[in-house]
Amino acid sequence: MLRVENLTVNYGAINALKGITINVPEKSIITLIGANGAGKTTTLRAISSVVKSAGGSRIYYEDKDITNLPPHKIVEMGLCQVPEGRLIFANLTVKENLDMGAYLRKDKQNLKNDLDFIFNIFPRLKERIKQPGGTLSGGEQQMLAISRALMSKPKLLLLDEPSLGIAPILVRTIFEKIVEINKSLGTTILLVEQNAHFALSVANFGYVLETGNIILEGPAKELEANPEVRKAYLGEA
Amino acid sequence: MTEFIQQLFNGLSLGSIYALIALGYTMIYGILRFINFAHGDVFMIGAFSGYYLGIVFAFSTSGGFTSLALAFLILIGAMAICSVLGLVIEKLAYKPLRKSPKLTILITAIGVSLFLEYTGQLVFGADPKSFPTLLENKPIVNLSGAVIGSNPLVVLITAAILMLVLRMIVMKTKIGTAMRAVSFNPTAASLMGININAVISFTFIIGSSLAGAAGILYGLNYPSIDPLMGILPGIKAFVAAVLGGIGNIPGAALGGMIIGIIETFVTGYISPTFRDAIAFGILILILLFKPTGLLGKKEVEKV
Repeated sequence: MLRVENLTVNYGAINALKGITINVPEKSIITLIGANGAGKTTTLRAISSVVKSAGGSRIYYEDKDITNLPPHKIVEMGLCQVPEGRLIFANLTVKENLDMGAYLRKDKQNLKNDLDFIFNIFPRLKERIKQPGGTLSGGEQQMLAISRALMSKPKLLLLDEPSLGIAPILVRTIFEKIVEINKSLGTTILLVEQNAHFALSVANFGYVLETGNIILEGPAKELEANPEVRKAYLGEA
Repeated sequence: MTEFIQQLFNGLSLGSIYALIALGYTMIYGILRFINFAHGDVFMIGAFSGYYLGIVFAFSTSGGFTSLALAFLILIGAMAICSVLGLVIEKLAYKPLRKSPKLTILITAIGVSLFLEYTGQLVFGADPKSFPTLLENKPIVNLSGAVIGSNPLVVLITAAILMLVLRMIVMKTKIGTAMRAVSFNPTAASLMGININAVISFTFIIGSSLAGAAGILYGLNYPSIDPLMGILPGIKAFVAAVLGGIGNIPGAALGGMIIGIIETFVTGYISPTFRDAIAFGILILILLFKPTGLLGKKEVEKV
């Protein structure tokens, strides 16, 4: 569904991604794990085209070349991102945030069903529907960020560190919901995480990113068992 | 007391014109974080649009033929002309500089401002022109005996309606919500599929059309116009936007009213000499004591 080939991103003289290749098959959950500064967020930002990919990079989505297309065109094709740090519109109400997720939707009559689905998986949002997004707790904001992206009816959802800055008790809930979205809506998911343990427990396949290069890839179960991964990312001595 | 009410009323009328201009400053600042210093000159083009449309529609400049319907058409016409102008300015002058340092865009805005002023002198002539009498100014006597004119009242009502329409657009429509979203975080907005450039264009269209309307209303109250007429009201409206809290839409409306009222009172009760100084005095005070403005919130610097 998504093929990233030889993706290179430079921030000025800094070479953040050094030609990585990732494959995301339809209906799968693929994870990209790695330490701070490995280039995980940059990868997602390049896919969504909010940072420029350098020459030679190719990103194909459903066999169409989407490299460096305007970001809204990419969302229009069914590829939506839940950005790092959630980036909720704090000045907009929960409902308005959700409306912004549905900004490009033309099928108004289905919006109600989608809202119901969202309130079903995140009942907390329904209670807070009229509140400004900025008054929500970290976990609620993450729920809102995921829901906002879901309102665009994405076929592929890019999730950037959904566990970041959230009460540990909620992290498990969020990951359960991610699996539920994948199972019940059939949404393909590319999940970027520092929390390798959770990420590998829900993913089918994983990539390990280190300073702009993919150093390891394999089925999630194998990565979980890999001594190198256990040592570097799962906190084993 | 009578004089006080009269002055207050004139102040409100003048203030509503400043408010309309200030809204454009504040909206564009809210989206792009820069002050569009050419905005006062868009206001001037609005007045001249009214002047030429008035000639086309055969209004007498000496106060004979007047018509509310035609005056309304001229208002709409001037707003349309100014929206196109605002859109063209954005596309030609500011859009290519989207990724440049803010100072570059600011200097460009001053350049656009000077360009409009002196092109105006070349095309319209530097001499003041007498604005057509779109509506006859009839005295209306209110309960406490203060004489107020019908035109200042029309100005106040029209401005109030335009501000209500703007509020509806910003708070209730999808594009308005998108404007608020872009103003809060452009990257997040584009990740939701919002076309940032379309929202910026829309903001310039709305802001400039309000300035155009202000040009017509100004001409109604003060029927002498010239190509440099946008400079002072432009700067005063900018002060109004800062006073209300730059980027804050109700703040701009409030700031405009306050500046208009203070200016009118200073002119009437102290001395007309200080008329123009007062706005700058307010700017200095607000920057010293409350730089975020009356309704503005402290902006957290994003790293």
